[in-house]
Amino acid sequence: MQGEAPGPHHDWLDGEAGPVVRPYAVTAGRVPSATGGFDLVAFVVAGPPPVDRHTPLQPEHRAIIAATQQPLSVAEVASQLDLAVGVVRVLLGDLLAAGLIAMYEPPASTDLPDDKILKAVVDGLRAL
Amino acid sequence: MDSVRSDTDRAERRIPLALKILIAGGFGAGKTTLVGAVSEIRPLQTEEVLTAASVDTDDVSGVEAKSTTTVAMDFGRITINDELQVYLFGTPGQDRFWFLWDELAFGALGAVVLADTRRLADCFPSVDYFEQRGTPFVVGVNCFEGAQRYSAEAVRDALDLDPDVPVVLCDARDRQSGKELLIALVEHVAQRRAEPVAAG
Repeated sequence: MQGEAPGPHHDWLDGEAGPVVRPYAVTAGRVPSATGGFDLVAFVVAGPPPVDRHTPLQPEHRAIIAATQQPLSVAEVASQLDLAVGVVRVLLGDLLAAGLIAMYEPPASTDLPDDKILKAVVDGLRAL
Repeated sequence: MDSVRSDTDRAERRIPLALKILIAGGFGAGKTTLVGAVSEIRPLQTEEVLTAASVDTDDVSGVEAKSTTTVAMDFGRITINDELQVYLFGTPGQDRFWFLWDELAFGALGAVVLADTRRLADCFPSVDYFEQRGTPFVVGVNCFEGAQRYSAEAVRDALDLDPDVPVVLCDARDRQSGKELLIALVEHVAQRRAEPVAAG
C-alpha cells in the first residue's frame, strides 16, 4: 500500500479522461453473460421495423439499429457508437431478444476455413 | 442459440464470412502501424472496460484507487470479395490484459507476432501464448530504421522457434511488406492443415 491520503482524487477529471458517466450506466449495470457473448466479428443486421412500437428502446439501441441497416461487425458497431464492446453486447442482447436484429456468428473455431477459402484469401491479398 | 441464423440465411442476406487475424508483439513493436498499413479503413478502436476484480491482483499495484480501466484494441479490415473479409486485431500490449487475448484468439485464423530486434524479449510472451494455444503464427521482424539488422535465422534461434514457423523480415509501415506478412501467415495455416495430425 502506498502512504497516500485517503479520499478521492479528481486530478483525472479533464477532457482526456473521457466521459464521467461510467460505461455500464447505459446498460443499467447489466454486464454480458459469461457464455453468451457475441464474437467481435459476428455480423449484426437490423430487421424490419418493430410491429410493437412499445418496445422500450434507449438512444443507444436506436443508434445500433440505424448503424446496422447494412451488415456490420460487432467490433465496428462498438467503434462507431464509441461504446465499450461489453456494453454493446448487452444492448445487442436486448435487441436480439426483441427481434429487432439478426446476429450472424462466425463458424466455430474448430471449423477452420477450408483450403478454398484460404486460397481465396491469399489470392485476394496478392491482388490488393 | 436459436436466434442465430443459419448458413443458408447468411448466404441469402449476403453476410460476409469474417476471418480474424491477430497482430501481437511488445509495446511499440509496430502493431497499430501494421494494421494501418494494410487495412482498407483507418484503424478503428474498440474498448473493453475492466473492473479491478477481473485484473490479476498481483498487477494492480498503483491503480488501487481506480475501480475500472479501459483497454483499447485497434482493428482494421480487408475486404477480399463480397463473401470474405479479414479483420486484423492488434492485441493489447500490457501483460495484465492476457485474458482479453483469449477472446481475441477464439476462432482466430492465426497471428502475426511483430518482433523488434532492439527489444526481442518483448515478444516472448506472445510467442509463448500462441505456441501454448496451438494458434498458427508467423514472426515478422520489423526492420526499424537505424536498428541493427539480424538475419531471420538469428531471430529464429533467439526465439527458439519450431522449424516450421515462418520468420519474415518486414517493414510494418509498408503496405506491400504487410501484405506479404499476412500471405505468409495464411500459407502457413494452409500448410499446417495439410499435415496429418501427429499421434499422441
